[in-house]
Order: sequence, then structure tokens, then C-alpha cells
Amino acid sequence: MHSPTHSEVSRSELSWPDAIYAQFRRVSIRQVGYVPDAGHSRLIKLCQDDPNIADVVLTTEEEGVGLVAGAALGGQRAALLMQSSGVGNCINMFSLLRNCGFGCVVLVTMRGEFGEFNPWQVPMGSITEDVLKLSGFLTYRIDNASDVDDIVGAGCDMAFDGNLQVGILLSQRLIGRKQWTR
Amino acid sequence: MLDRREFVRVLLADRGDLLVVTGLGSATYDAAAADDHPLNFYLWGAMGGTAMIGLGLALARPDRRVAVITGDGDFLMGLGSLATIGVKQPKNLAMVILDNAHYGETGMQASATHSGIDPVAMALACRFKQARQVSRIEEAGEVRALLHSGEGPLLVNARIKSEDTPRVLPLRDGHAIKERFIAALK
Repeated sequence: MHSPTHSEVSRSELSWPDAIYAQFRRVSIRQVGYVPDAGHSRLIKLCQDDPNIADVVLTTEEEGVGLVAGAALGGQRAALLMQSSGVGNCINMFSLLRNCGFGCVVLVTMRGEFGEFNPWQVPMGSITEDVLKLSGFLTYRIDNASDVDDIVGAGCDMAFDGNLQVGILLSQRLIGRKQWTR
Repeated sequence: MLDRREFVRVLLADRGDLLVVTGLGSATYDAAAADDHPLNFYLWGAMGGTAMIGLGLALARPDRRVAVITGDGDFLMGLGSLATIGVKQPKNLAMVILDNAHYGETGMQASATHSGIDPVAMALACRFKQARQVSRIEEAGEVRALLHSGEGPLLVNARIKSEDTPRVLPLRDGHAIKERFIAALK
């Protein structure tokens, strides 16, 4: 075991979107595909403002799977940001990652769980992790902001050093309940 | 109407360092029949994803030309990617639709283009820099030139004959297709 370095300590003090972004920088993510989600809004903004990252707004999440594959063919690393419902949109396209061994990190903001107001989110939200597993992904779930740096960092390393597919679920407890009254 | 094999052979003649992504089914066979080049990324599945693989590649390698060659069925399944590509405006990306207005792999059922749904109009509506339809082999040389130097994003809808063509089956192992491509691009 090693003691935390200064940079690790400071990363763990970042807000969770900033901690994810710091990991994107560390592993040189160059393309980020996303279907907008309120939970991802700060991370999307950070990526949009980074001249080293091509941000690609998708019309449906499955487009992002193709984007990841194309980026890898061209020598770049890409990450995907989506809401739990988007995982269901990707199922067949995920076969591309598994068939060819494209490393991929998908960051999933969860809906349809803890304190969900909208029951229409529940059917997909309740099977999101299982769907990822069935599609060949390693999955990690994050409930606490203090775990984000460590888990996202480990997930990125596994994805891009080992050409594995990694899904990271950002739980509704982490991102906060959607505020319907605002 | 074009003969698909003859047309694709002209498109990929003297291809230089062109990067090619082909959609599942006949487009993959056509590219393999023309030239089983290591810079062909053949799809055997992932229907609807060909254009987006082209976009990821074009963004990653702005120094190279990228050609997506696919059928009308794959194109129609990924229509949203036209908007996604239109937003990013990759100058180095060209798409060629081999449009026989039918699903050739599954028994020649009519596709939406058979009813007049127009890929050229859709591409222009999605801010492609240029889009045109071709149907004569005399136009193939111009399309080839567009792949190499036309300002993208661009789309060519090629009306091809809807006839059965002998299958030419390239590599099917996805890892091998990927690794061969990446090694050749380095």
C-alpha cells in the first residue's frame, strides 16, 4: 500500500464531475459523446470548454458506441456520458465493442432508483447494471463522491490498458434527486 | 443504374491513404471484392453504426480522408447520425450510400428509399457541405475524386441495380480487422 500523494488528495476534494474530468485529462480522453443529462451537465461543460476534447452531442446513445470505435481506430480514446435509459438504446451496438475489443468507458447517471419521482424511469433504471453486464461490461457503482476519483481512474485504466468495456454507474444518491419543484 | 461491384472498384482504385469503413452486408463484400486493403474496416454487424465510426475516425485523424461506404438499410437505421455529423462538420468525411432500395441480405424487401425517401435531401438538411445522387458509371470517377478531395461532410447516393451479387467474404474476426487497420494506419 502507498500513502496518497498530494495530487490524489487534492483530486479527492474535487466535486465529482471535476474528479471525472481530471481522470479524463490524466488518461488523455480526446472525444466525449453524450446525450445531455442534467446530472452530467457540469462534466459536459468541462469537456466542451477543453480544446483537446471533441465533444459530440448524439441524437441517440448508440451513436456513441460507433464514435468510440472510430476514435480507437484513429488512435484516440473516447468516453461516453449517458443517463441510465440510454444504456438500453445501445444494446445491439455494444456488440461492436466486444467483437473487436474496443476499450470503452461509459459513465451512466442513474435514474429510476433512490427517491425517483417519475415511475417511467424505473423499468430501465432497475435493469441498467444487469444490461451492461450482459453486454460484456465490467460495472462499478459509485454512491459517494469521495470514491469517484479512485473508481473512475481504475475504470479508465482497465478500459484503455486492457481494451475492456467498463460501465460506471453514478447513483441517484450521488447525483442527488431530480428537483421537480424548481 | 450502377453495377455495384464496378462502381466500388472505381471508387477504391488508386486509393492512396484513404481510410474506408464499410457497412454490413453487401457494402463489405463490395469493398473486399475491389481490394482487401488493411485500411478497410469491415462491419459484419452493428447495423446503423457505420457513419458514426466514420465520424470518430475522421475526428481522430483530421489529416486523413475517411470514406464510409454502406447500403441504404444501414444508412436508414442511423439517420440521426446525419444530424450528429452535421453538427461537427468534419471536412474529411465522405459517405457513399449504395442504394438499391432493398434489404439485400434478407430477401430483397423494399427499403424506405424505394418509396422516394431521399438521402441527398436529408444530408443537405443536416448541413452536409455537398450531397448528390449518381446513377451512371461515367460519374464514378467524379465520386472517387470527391472521396479524396471534396469538402466534407459530403454524401453521394449511388443508385445501384437491385440484383444478387456473389458474396466475397473478407475477415470476420473483429479483433483481426481492427488490429490490421490500426497497424496499417500507424
